Amino acid sequence: MRPAEFAALVFLGLAAMPVVSVAEDRIQATGSLGVVIERATGSVLVVDRANRAALNRIEGLGDLSHASLTYSPDERFAYVFARDGGLTKVDLVEGKIAARIVQAGNSIGGAISDDGKLVAVSNYEPGGVKVFDAGTLAPVADIPASGKTIGLVDVPGRRFAWAVWDSGEVFLGDFSGAEPRIEMIGNAGQMPFDAVLTDDAHTYLVGLFGEKGVTAFDLWSDRPEPRRFLTDYGKEGQDMPVYKMPHLQGWAFAEGQFALPAVGRHEILWVNRDSLEQVAATPVAGQPVFIIEQPASPYVWVNFALPDNDTVQVVDSRTHQVVDTLKPGKSILHMEFAPRGAEVWLSSRDDNKLVIIDTATRKQVAEIPAQSPSGIFFTNRAHQPGL
Amino acid sequence: MRSAPTLLALLAAWPALAGIPTDRAVELEHMLLQDCGSCHGLTRKGGLGRPLTRSALETMPSEVVVAIILDGIPDTAMPPWRPLLTEEEAAWIADYLKTKE
Repeated sequence: MRPAEFAALVFLGLAAMPVVSVAEDRIQATGSLGVVIERATGSVLVVDRANRAALNRIEGLGDLSHASLTYSPDERFAYVFARDGGLTKVDLVEGKIAARIVQAGNSIGGAISDDGKLVAVSNYEPGGVKVFDAGTLAPVADIPASGKTIGLVDVPGRRFAWAVWDSGEVFLGDFSGAEPRIEMIGNAGQMPFDAVLTDDAHTYLVGLFGEKGVTAFDLWSDRPEPRRFLTDYGKEGQDMPVYKMPHLQGWAFAEGQFALPAVGRHEILWVNRDSLEQVAATPVAGQPVFIIEQPASPYVWVNFALPDNDTVQVVDSRTHQVVDTLKPGKSILHMEFAPRGAEVWLSSRDDNKLVIIDTATRKQVAEIPAQSPSGIFFTNRAHQPGL
Repeated sequence: MRSAPTLLALLAAWPALAGIPTDRAVELEHMLLQDCGSCHGLTRKGGLGRPLTRSALETMPSEVVVAIILDGIPDTAMPPWRPLLTEEEAAWIADYLKTKE
């Protein structure tokens, strides 16, 4: 809403009470909103958690296979990172595209700086990280890499961290000064497929595909060093094919543990957060893709790669036992919890719908039509480091 | 998603595809677009996986494409699809990739 409009509404509201309801209709707060990627149609759906409804569809965002987004600090704008290098700034209040550029040939994700001023994009082709002004999308910095960059996250102090799939190198970029300062902080190992920052911005965890293990970097340290763990999980027995790369953005941090997807094994691995020792393994229905903590609860929810992607399981982080197995729909690609954990929204790509499940009963309470939905992103992500 | 009539027309014009029942062909096309698309892009222009556009595969023999689909590429993220696809289905996908934009 433009300032003049807002002023007019305030004026009308004060001047004549009956108009207030009209004014309220036109004021769209964003705290209960979210954006859903519709991957095949290049569109996003703006949804409202409070009313369990879709508000509007915004089109023209490009190839949204494996698209993700991040939010401005005021929860008004979503920055959508498309596969084809598109970076689109979507205005949730106005329900339209505010700005759009195509900044590379092939991209995988992005992040916003802690102060909300910079948006960084992780690119495959040409490999590297590009940084833009969050207001105008004007270019600010271009950091080439020797390969595909993955696992881009924001780090406090106007910094970003990322890794390179081809070389295993991990970088920390500081954009707080006039010129960016880029530092290679170590090598994570072979084929890092994704990385995540813990909720306290303490540990940057890098998952490896090319060899067994996860590499942790202590970002509270002045000199972060790679610390490898889980190097020998599933040593005995043949690894199974991985039909979808696990995602780490949902890595759960529950009960003093990390809950991590084993790669090539149908297991969740539980690791003590302090010692980085494995404490348990939970056999699950398939290759885990997302393992996500249900807020304010002892539970994590997990979805799976093909051919088990119609299944979602709930695991208790205290006992490491599967406590529920759900079949919410075909091709469940993503799960997003209401910030206080009351319900979870799931995207069923092949049933073309969003499924909303009450976490107390684990029963479906609503569904919303959507076209090939993938990622679901609620606006509360605006306030969490690493997202 | 491609409509059924388009696919039927395609099948009629394309004897190599005749061995796969139409409903399975619809599933395969969906799988190609959506699941292969996770790594190779919905427009097949590449991602973590290499581009799979018609021009990108121009010089690769069909048998090689079929073999890669069925058995994957060791030490890369390309998995073997043999547990989920028959040889005929892999051949159908290879044909599709090499002939269709």
